[in-house]
Amino acid sequence: MEWMTETHWSPYVVGIGIGILSGFTFLISKKPIGCSTAFARTSGMVEKIFRGKKVTEKLYYQEVKPIIDWEWMLVLGIVIGSLISSLLSGDFHWQWVPLRWASTFGSNALVRILVAILGGVCLGFGARWTGGCTSGHGISGTLQLALSSWISAICFFIGGITTAFLLYHVIG
Amino acid sequence: MEKQKNTGTDKPDRSPLVWGLIFGIIFGFLLQKGGVTKYDVIVGQLLLTDFTVLKVMLSAVVTGMLGIHIMKTLGWVTLHPKPGSAGMSIIGGLIFGVGFAVLGYCPGTIAGAVGNGYLDALIGGVVGILLGAGLFAALYAGLKNNILKKGDFGTITLPELFKVNDWIVVIPAAGLIIFILIWLEKSNL
Repeated sequence: MEWMTETHWSPYVVGIGIGILSGFTFLISKKPIGCSTAFARTSGMVEKIFRGKKVTEKLYYQEVKPIIDWEWMLVLGIVIGSLISSLLSGDFHWQWVPLRWASTFGSNALVRILVAILGGVCLGFGARWTGGCTSGHGISGTLQLALSSWISAICFFIGGITTAFLLYHVIG
Repeated sequence: MEKQKNTGTDKPDRSPLVWGLIFGIIFGFLLQKGGVTKYDVIVGQLLLTDFTVLKVMLSAVVTGMLGIHIMKTLGWVTLHPKPGSAGMSIIGGLIFGVGFAVLGYCPGTIAGAVGNGYLDALIGGVVGILLGAGLFAALYAGLKNNILKKGDFGTITLPELFKVNDWIVVIPAAGLIIFILIWLEKSNL
């Protein structure tokens, strides 16, 4: 069982594993793996705490109900699975600022958190705009050969590579 | 087989939630073992210095694509392609890409990053994603029949677009992906 405590597996083993997992989610749950809708539902649930029932009258939350569903549990499961893996390998550690970020932009946690919030806003907004994320479009959609997913996934990387180069080679 | 089409509206969901949790635990375990719960690895991909993310994604796509199309041919599963349009997929995809690089995680890997103990993911990224999703929900009624409908192509798949049998697309696509992966290895990327 030594492989369970290894820090890294080959990316091909991991990728093939995720591909097989996708097959099982289709077969057993009749659903593709996806993550970003769960964040939209959670956002609705949080807004409901502050603004009450009228939140559910919004057109978006009539189409994407603010409830806990299969995909929401999947995202919760990701947290648990990653925690188990990192505890088994000893890779778990609390960290405010990633190394690569710190080496270019400094180790101030507040700056990193504010930028992460800003990035998160774009990510959450863009994911809902295009109806999926790196999992839902990038893996599950492309493997079904959906046109929407191939266009989205290519745009994820065009936008991401351009922005990363601007951040690290122009600003940084 | 039941016919399911993604129309953008939710039907009552009876999928046992426990399966979602089990699949999620396996997914999160794999993501962490692959190293893609880490900002450094994801941004390394976008800076084109570390190709871990692409290797994980492409090997998942080639495996899943073959598996799901075999099961579809056997009549075991139906596809669930997402709808899209030029206005949705291009603009939304680019906005997502900007966020992907600035945050350094995506909605799936950020859940893994939280499990790995990364606080910029938990305190920063998750809060941002929830705000961004909420902002989109607030603007949705105005966007829905405007820009999101521009160049609408619905849930079409590539074999439907080219009007060919699935396998006419699956086999060359699988070949191309395997070729790219071999090329990455040969180039020591």
